[in-house]
Amino acid sequence: MSSPIPTPPAPWAPRIVAFFCNWCTYTAADLAGVSRMKYASNARVIRLMCSGRVDPQFILDAFRKGADGVLIGGCHPGDCHYVEGNYKMLRRFQLLKRMLHDMGIAEQRLRLEWISAAEGERVKTVINEMTDQIKALGPLGIPGKFEEWDREVTELAHRAGAVSEVTEATAAPAEAVTPIKEEIAHV
Amino acid sequence: MVSIKQDIRIGFYVCHCGHNIASMVDCPEVARYVEKLPNVVLSRDYKYMCSDPGQEMIQKDIKEFNLTRVVVASCSPLLHEHTFREAVAAGGLNPFFFHMVNIREHDSWVHTDRNEATAKAKALARAAIRRVAFHKALEVKQVPVNPDVLVVGGGITGIHAALTLANSGKKVFLVEREPSIGGHMAKFDKTFPTLDCAACILTPKMSSVGNHENITLWSYSEVVKMDGYVGNYTVTVKRKPRYINEDLCTGCQECIANCVYKEPKFTDEFNEGLGKRKPIYIPFPQATPQVVLIDPEVCLNFKRGVLTDKCKKTCVEACGEKKAIDFKQQEQLMEIKVGTIIVATGFKAFDAKRVPHYGYGVFPNVYTALEVERLVNASGPTTGEVILRDGRRPKAIGIIHCVGSRDKKTNRWCSRVCCMYSMKLAHLLKEHTEAEIYNFYIDIRAPGKGYEEFYDKLNSEGVHFVRGRVGEVTDWSMTPEEEGKLVIRVEDTLVGFVRRIPVDMVVLATGLEPQDDAQDVRRLFNMSCGTEGFFLERHPKLAPVNTFTDGIFIAGCCQSPKDIPDCVAQAGAAAAEAMVLIDKGHVEQEPNTAYILPDCCGCKSCLPLCPYTAITFDEATKKAVINEALCKGCGTCVGACPSASIVQNLFEDAEVFSEIEGVLAD
Repeated sequence: MSSPIPTPPAPWAPRIVAFFCNWCTYTAADLAGVSRMKYASNARVIRLMCSGRVDPQFILDAFRKGADGVLIGGCHPGDCHYVEGNYKMLRRFQLLKRMLHDMGIAEQRLRLEWISAAEGERVKTVINEMTDQIKALGPLGIPGKFEEWDREVTELAHRAGAVSEVTEATAAPAEAVTPIKEEIAHV
Repeated sequence: MVSIKQDIRIGFYVCHCGHNIASMVDCPEVARYVEKLPNVVLSRDYKYMCSDPGQEMIQKDIKEFNLTRVVVASCSPLLHEHTFREAVAAGGLNPFFFHMVNIREHDSWVHTDRNEATAKAKALARAAIRRVAFHKALEVKQVPVNPDVLVVGGGITGIHAALTLANSGKKVFLVEREPSIGGHMAKFDKTFPTLDCAACILTPKMSSVGNHENITLWSYSEVVKMDGYVGNYTVTVKRKPRYINEDLCTGCQECIANCVYKEPKFTDEFNEGLGKRKPIYIPFPQATPQVVLIDPEVCLNFKRGVLTDKCKKTCVEACGEKKAIDFKQQEQLMEIKVGTIIVATGFKAFDAKRVPHYGYGVFPNVYTALEVERLVNASGPTTGEVILRDGRRPKAIGIIHCVGSRDKKTNRWCSRVCCMYSMKLAHLLKEHTEAEIYNFYIDIRAPGKGYEEFYDKLNSEGVHFVRGRVGEVTDWSMTPEEEGKLVIRVEDTLVGFVRRIPVDMVVLATGLEPQDDAQDVRRLFNMSCGTEGFFLERHPKLAPVNTFTDGIFIAGCCQSPKDIPDCVAQAGAAAAEAMVLIDKGHVEQEPNTAYILPDCCGCKSCLPLCPYTAITFDEATKKAVINEALCKGCGTCVGACPSASIVQNLFEDAEVFSEIEGVLAD
């Protein structure tokens, strides 16, 4: 009796979550399709009515759930279907970009593009470019890191638990925090 | 982590779309994969989901399998979301318990690897399955439609659209930038291929517009602002001062005859600068409205547009008791309320100076086609006689096609009408001058009723056709015959050598371009432009006069270059589309509006974000309030709320988070 041969894990490919506004960039992506332009299959589009709906939490959540990159597509400045939702998002984007930088996440992993409904070609170029850049950067792997940190925290908690039997229990959390900080710095 | 609800029964359908999807995505495999996902009760693949049997299948399954949610993976939701929502509703389910996955435009059509495309389809389907579990039953809101229509642009397209609507009893506002309606067509002499006199067929329509009880005609006016939404637009129109009271002027033109300038002295725009006019003038004899206007830049009673009141004002004397002249007239802003808007702002003729090697503006006898239209026109500056700028009458004429069309250096598109109008001008010039006429063309494009026959007719009339793009127009003569002539250098690609053809007159068949301010107009009416700058239609085949903004329609050459029959057809189509909304009486609004939860902390962060001032602050409860009628559903406030107290229907946080999770889960 031979045990079944385990299938080798699929080679890593970048996973990009794209938030496209309904009126410009989503329509541009439709146009790219109708024009049969060919581009990398790594971006998964989530349609929102306006780029202004993009909550910074969406971006952080995408990274946390395993995205290697996040792309936001909105109307050109001055052309927003909702007057200025794209500007409102731009503010949050600038702030978040700095935060992500401080967290050690490479700049190329979060990208904002103004793509009008007529610019199908631009959708193709941007997705291809971003896929290539992220391929060069390699996987971000936040979920894996979370697991690692959780494991360490548990271990520390165990150790602290053992110690707390003889000393103060309150020492444990303080100790647990320090190594996580270091990990983040290494991302 | 968002949890999956227990009482959810999802039906999933993946569409082959013939081979459009199935050739790149393994549809049965996607269906098998989705079947195993939580809450999925049934999963099918089918050849054409949008067909009647496809829709009926959804309806039947909803009843038979007690489905509470439906997901269809097929084309873009912008194309068929509505179709499937209706099918779901017909099956007895709230239409918003449906979600659509785009695996055609965003997947099968843009990828080349079947495995990758299938994996992507699975990921997108998985996201939808997770998302749809959070969908809520929503009500479609009905909003009444104001039955009045605004038509922007008074060319043949705008005129036809306005008349069609007005004849069916709708009130129409027709706004035209120039002092008279008529547009480019009013400048033409004849129309191809029937050689109908343009004025004879246009003038009656213009005067019906002027006299129609249902049409309010505002010439010399521009739209400066538009607010509101489908069915309820508020539009601000700027009425430029013409220094004449339109209601009092009878169009007798005594003022023009009695102007202190005895002779016309100033460039006549209507005649393409070939003629002269006075400071007080009427653009052309059949102008509608029949009201004169004063050009303050050149009128002696003004100095550079500012009233000085230093002229003898013989015009006022001539006007006499009518007292129609009002030098103190000011610009007026009028606010109107309409339900639908038809944009028919037309085109701009290509500026021939952008092709310097054809010598326009350098050699006086190089003309643009529009100038020639005026030149051969009986009401034109030469009363229809073809007399060149240097006073000669031409014995040989060269017509150069595709100036500013089909040219990588200027405009790449074919302007569609130049071949035909060039041949029309060839015929007219031959008739007026009996000169030898040479057409220089790349291809003759004559696709239309009677067009090819017109080309055959021209051939039999002895007009010469030389296939080749002209290299240059020069006055440098190499032989005695070329002395004093313009020489057209061209490679005749049918005989295979370079020819030099001496002519007296060169006509440049200039192409059609978007108006200079097309981008401003686009922003004004919340439309999009294609890469070439013409307004973008909602669908190139199935919604050619609709735009992405409901209730705003486009027609005529502002959408793309086209001939008069096509403009009129589109005008009728746009009018019909407007009537659909008006006669239905109401529009259904996508219920993607936002609302505020009771846990709003009253920080007021959202208040300045809303461009529609839909959010106000209730001082009594110290919480923000959203006026649903004003909310357009962009979700900007939702994304910005620091306490997550704003919810956008159809795009709730839980829905988007589960979608993110879905596209990323393996």
